Amino acid sequence: MSKYLLNKFLFTIDRDPELVERYRDDPRGTVTWWEAERANAILNLPEAEASTWLRFTDEEREALSTHDYPRLFALGAHNFLTLTLFIALFERDYAEPLGFQLEYARRLADFSLPYPDIST
Amino acid sequence: MATICAVVATTHHPFYLRASTAPPEERPPFADEWVGKVEAFRETLARARPDVLVMVGSDHFHQMWLDNLPQFLVGKAPFYDANYYNEEREFGLPRMLLRGQEDLSTHLLREGLDAGFDLAFSNELRVDHSITCPIITLRPQNDLPIVPIYTNIFAPPMPQPKRFVELGRAIRTIVESWPSDLRVAIIGSGHLSLELGGPRQFGPHGPDPEFDQKAVAWIASGDIDGALAEVTLDSLWLPGNATHGFMDFMLMMGVAGAGRPADYVDTLDLFHTMEAYFTWYPNGVDQ
Repeated sequence: MSKYLLNKFLFTIDRDPELVERYRDDPRGTVTWWEAERANAILNLPEAEASTWLRFTDEEREALSTHDYPRLFALGAHNFLTLTLFIALFERDYAEPLGFQLEYARRLADFSLPYPDIST
Repeated sequence: MATICAVVATTHHPFYLRASTAPPEERPPFADEWVGKVEAFRETLARARPDVLVMVGSDHFHQMWLDNLPQFLVGKAPFYDANYYNEEREFGLPRMLLRGQEDLSTHLLREGLDAGFDLAFSNELRVDHSITCPIITLRPQNDLPIVPIYTNIFAPPMPQPKRFVELGRAIRTIVESWPSDLRVAIIGSGHLSLELGGPRQFGPHGPDPEFDQKAVAWIASGDIDGALAEVTLDSLWLPGNATHGFMDFMLMMGVAGAGRPADYVDTLDLFHTMEAYFTWYPNGVDQ
């Protein structure tokens, strides 16, 4: 389990407008590229000083590759990161204000307290 | 020594700017009441005639990240750029530039470290909406220098609630010992019950109105013991999965002082979360 890496994906996609669009249009391709090229980059270090050990589990990779935010919630991805990025991805597809945010809540309706642990 | 002219605790609702400036056809029905309450709250700060603002907030995974995450951080820089692409995207917040009060940052860091708080510091800090929303609501002319203080209310493991209260008490003492004739307002922003990215988000009210009523009563009456008796790192998950932001209110209760009722209290029950506004005048205020 690599909650940290799930969060790192959500964080680094969310802060880059081009990657937000790329992930919306091609989630599986973006996840594959990101895990190969970006997962081990330490964000404030030169490229050569990267980590060597970070990779997704199959379940995590699949959840990201299918935009499956209820699954990401179940896996303990940070709720704020998932929400923020997925609003950027899908709010535009809903005519009503907060339409996507309410759909998001409905899709998580089966979760009860305590929620999955987001500690990393 | 410096004078603490006001202590202010507020929620930071990132949708306020958009709601208050939308054209009439897009203006939500609650906007007029909200603007009225914010303008009245703003006046409580103006009456204190501050020269400097200490701004307590919490980075929302912008510059602070899980590979190197400070629990408490003081900005020490001559300027702070503010707001991020994803805040512009989601909330319509503008890019801003705030001036820094570097000598007060230096004083807070030195005295805070010597008082037992191992404060991190940043000489190049871009602040986010936890700092800028209170500027937009309380001081929209953005004409005063600031010292930003960030807390971790976001990424476990977090400091205990009592540590937030203790840091608030220390900030109060340290600012009062700053050798300056300036008037300092200490402003902190947090949340009442809040759910983000969970099944209770964006409901017609905050996720736990009962918690909100209790929380407002604790803050308004300065009941630090009451809050500490009920609030733990574990309990804060229950009212809503982003309710740890209440610890920034607890920090501000520490600044204001135990048993010290707020001089101004107002709330607004909105969709998603309750707004709450508090002002204390530790040294009185001109009527």
